[in-house]
Amino acid sequence: MSDIAPLSFQDLILTLHDYWGKQGCAILQPYDMEMGAGTFHTATTLRALGPAPWNAAFVQPSRRPTDGRYGENPNRLGAYYQYQVILKPSPPNLQELYLGSLEAIGIDPLLHDIRFVEDDWESPTLGAWGLGWEVWCDGMEVTQFTYFQQMGGFDCKPVSGELTYGLERLAMYIQNKDSIFDLVYNNATADRPAVTYGDIFRENEQQMSTYHFEVADTDMLFDAFKKATAECESCLQHALPIPAYEQAIKASHIFNILQARGVISVQERASYMGRVRDLAKGSCQAWMDKNGWAV
Amino acid sequence: MTDFLLELRSEEIPARMQVKAKEDLARLFNDALAKAGLAAASVETFATPRRLALIAYGLPLATEAVSEETKGPKVGAPPQAMEGFLRKSGLSQDQLIERDGVYYAVVEKAGRQTADVLAEAIPAIIRAFPWPKSQRWGAASVSTESLRWVRPLQGIVALLGDAVVHCEIDGIVSGAETMGHRFHHSGAITIGNAGDYIEKLRAAHVLVHFSERCRIIRDGANAAAKAAGLHLVEDEGLVIENAGLTEWPVPMLGRFESAFLDVPQEVIQLTARVNQKYFVCQDKTGKLANAFVCTANIDAHDKGAAIVAGNEKVLAARLSDAKFFWEQDLKVALDSQAQKLAQITFQEKLGTVADKVERVAKIARWLVTERIVTGATADQAERAARLCKADLVTGMVGEFPELQGIMGGYYARAQGESDAIADAIRDHYKPVGQGDDVPTAPVTVAVSLADKLDTLAQFFSAGMPPTGSKDPFALRRAAIGFLSLLLQNELRCSLKDMLVATGAGASFDTLEEFLVDRLKVQQREAGVRHDLIDAVFSLGGEDDLVWLLSRVKALQAYITNAEGTNLLAAYKRAANILKQADGGEKSSVAPAQAGAHHVSQSGTTDEMGSSLRWSDADLGIEESALRTALDAAEPKAAAALSVEDFEGAMAALATLRAPIDAFFEGVMVNDPDQDKRAFRLGLLARFRDAVSRVADFSKIEG
Repeated sequence: MSDIAPLSFQDLILTLHDYWGKQGCAILQPYDMEMGAGTFHTATTLRALGPAPWNAAFVQPSRRPTDGRYGENPNRLGAYYQYQVILKPSPPNLQELYLGSLEAIGIDPLLHDIRFVEDDWESPTLGAWGLGWEVWCDGMEVTQFTYFQQMGGFDCKPVSGELTYGLERLAMYIQNKDSIFDLVYNNATADRPAVTYGDIFRENEQQMSTYHFEVADTDMLFDAFKKATAECESCLQHALPIPAYEQAIKASHIFNILQARGVISVQERASYMGRVRDLAKGSCQAWMDKNGWAV
Repeated sequence: MTDFLLELRSEEIPARMQVKAKEDLARLFNDALAKAGLAAASVETFATPRRLALIAYGLPLATEAVSEETKGPKVGAPPQAMEGFLRKSGLSQDQLIERDGVYYAVVEKAGRQTADVLAEAIPAIIRAFPWPKSQRWGAASVSTESLRWVRPLQGIVALLGDAVVHCEIDGIVSGAETMGHRFHHSGAITIGNAGDYIEKLRAAHVLVHFSERCRIIRDGANAAAKAAGLHLVEDEGLVIENAGLTEWPVPMLGRFESAFLDVPQEVIQLTARVNQKYFVCQDKTGKLANAFVCTANIDAHDKGAAIVAGNEKVLAARLSDAKFFWEQDLKVALDSQAQKLAQITFQEKLGTVADKVERVAKIARWLVTERIVTGATADQAERAARLCKADLVTGMVGEFPELQGIMGGYYARAQGESDAIADAIRDHYKPVGQGDDVPTAPVTVAVSLADKLDTLAQFFSAGMPPTGSKDPFALRRAAIGFLSLLLQNELRCSLKDMLVATGAGASFDTLEEFLVDRLKVQQREAGVRHDLIDAVFSLGGEDDLVWLLSRVKALQAYITNAEGTNLLAAYKRAANILKQADGGEKSSVAPAQAGAHHVSQSGTTDEMGSSLRWSDADLGIEESALRTALDAAEPKAAAALSVEDFEGAMAALATLRAPIDAFFEGVMVNDPDQDKRAFRLGLLARFRDAVSRVADFSKIEG
């Protein structure tokens, strides 16, 4: 590590905002719905479609109910933060831009072993796939790097480059911590001490784990899933792809909670995922139609 | 003569694709040259994560001039034919050559510059390259017709001698510049010619020889382990993978807390190898040590201290996850895990995994009570079967599906099951395909065989056999496993009985056919001829595969020596004569009765319009000798067969060889005397039938 103090969690985000802002990205805010990954943000999913150039960066809180560990596992969370960058079309120097961002947050590539290891990305619920890598820093996966080839079942014309940084992992790396909960979140002053990630989020992890694994009312959730799918279809009939897509996101999250609750069998799992995929694809189709891109 | 360098530089090529890509590049390049009438003295290929390259040594600078002659119309052919030919050849009639009343167009093709051939070949090779997966990228990808490559293609170096071969593909223009190591060398490197490529890149921290990187990793990893007083667990697959992930490999040793060694070593090895691509080490006693070797891609400023520390942390996090699962799983009895299998679907039409376990337990028990598998008790077999799938719901197998069985074995031992049962749980998936170890421990054999039998019988009776290249449920592998278990352990049982015992449906004809087919495939590798399998199996009536196969092997040993070959030839000759005599009906010539002096009154011979009445005195020497030989050989062969002594049966038949040869030599079967003819045919039929009791020789090739 360098001599200067490592970045706090919030400074890590601010540094990335600054870096990607300077590369011409629109710095967006998180999508205000529960979702499993930054890829679900309309700034990625819908904007990856069609010919218009698009460059954006944002933090997306990501909820993974099944990964919750009641705040007891130092490496796993039921809710965490992804930093997402999307550049369309993918620029020829995307790898160099990405490596520049690592240097900006204090990772020296002649001190640390940065590697691009094959990892093809596929999202069955979004009908999307791409080729790329997981980026390793000293053996730890810190970023998913993907060239989108298809989204919602449509060929990406042109291809977007998508970067997804795991913020907690990067911060643990930069700050040299063994537990997510020990991460320094902000910057201390003379009279105001710094708080840790655990100070802020451990209670959330504990309560949300209990809720997702033990308490969530499954009848209510099954019903909500049905209602979200019906609402999505109704929006599609009205040629409103964005609200339709929001209902698809909602259905996807409800499905994730039902999974955590352990009430969806292996067999049913595929059929639920298929339904979410149909909703997401339908929304993408409507988006293409609305913009006159579908041939 | 000169040398040619081609480098296709891209973003990181997946490690697993590099070796094949080298071969494909050489093949496409050589094909393109050959098409132009060129050939290199030799071709060398290179691959790193960021480049695929080729050097062709000893290329001529130009192709040779050739003269091509095309045949045209005959002299006096209709004018339309002549016009068409002239149009096609681009010549006028006075430029044609006339020979033997036919016009010929002769076109002299000048030699082409090799540089021009290459300039055309390079884009064609790039477009035709068979990557397992390829992608589009960048602004050009607004069209789906844009260039595809494994990852974005960044640059092309093409140098013939010292000169750039000019070509362009999707905006990428060939040149002499390339890049060195991503972090150790900034800026472009200009290559002068093929001769300085390797060394210029070496100077820029890139080892272009795949094999050199492999050697450095292999030697370096061994040395790192040795320096720590340990022994590296060698893994050539990992060597190749790490060579595909680095341009400048630097193996380094790291450590982990020895407390993690409580976790089964398979888990440690798997997470180190698969997730992290690390080698593992053993101490002097052969036990797994708390050390690993990772391969970095840089010579770090601090000699790798930070890299090792980082990798140690990552592995520790993974191992602590594994340790957590291990400890959690140990708290739950396998019996209660097994109950959860009722929630896992085995296959939509075939119920849950719990249903499968129930069936497997029944079959395993049956195999022991029927004494097909000996050396185990029925209770042991059933117990092992009931627990064999329980680890599927454990946390560890959820995380590492490859460890199914292995973890079950650990958990069973930990909860006090006997070694026989724990081993059976551990090994019941074996053998996984051809070449894997075949279990021999009785309880394991019972469970493993029952599992495979159930899978095969269930899928076939539900109408889901493999078709063509599609085998989604790995039934071919299950069949090979089943057969290997049966043959290796010499398990004696009727195949049909076993299939009936699975309780899956009534008819197993397709499955039996499938298994015999698989047996042929499996035995082909062991050098057993498929036609001999057919020859023995088509006798019918017997479906004990172990017995049938030993018979096949005896047949093969016999039929491939000179005696057997002659006997087969004699059989074919006899069978042909009999066939002709019957007008195609093979069986209607009645064999002459054994030992009978007068052969008559059989319905079939009567049908042939003759009866046979004469005494031994009428017999020729050869006829008499053959009959005597048959009289002696038939009971011997039958006796040998009744005690499964196939060699003995073959030996008995072998005594027929000389008499049958002499018979063919000295006797004309189709004698004008119908009685004689019928008697001789009868002898031949006896011979044919005696041989056919050992195997259906009509199925044997050659």
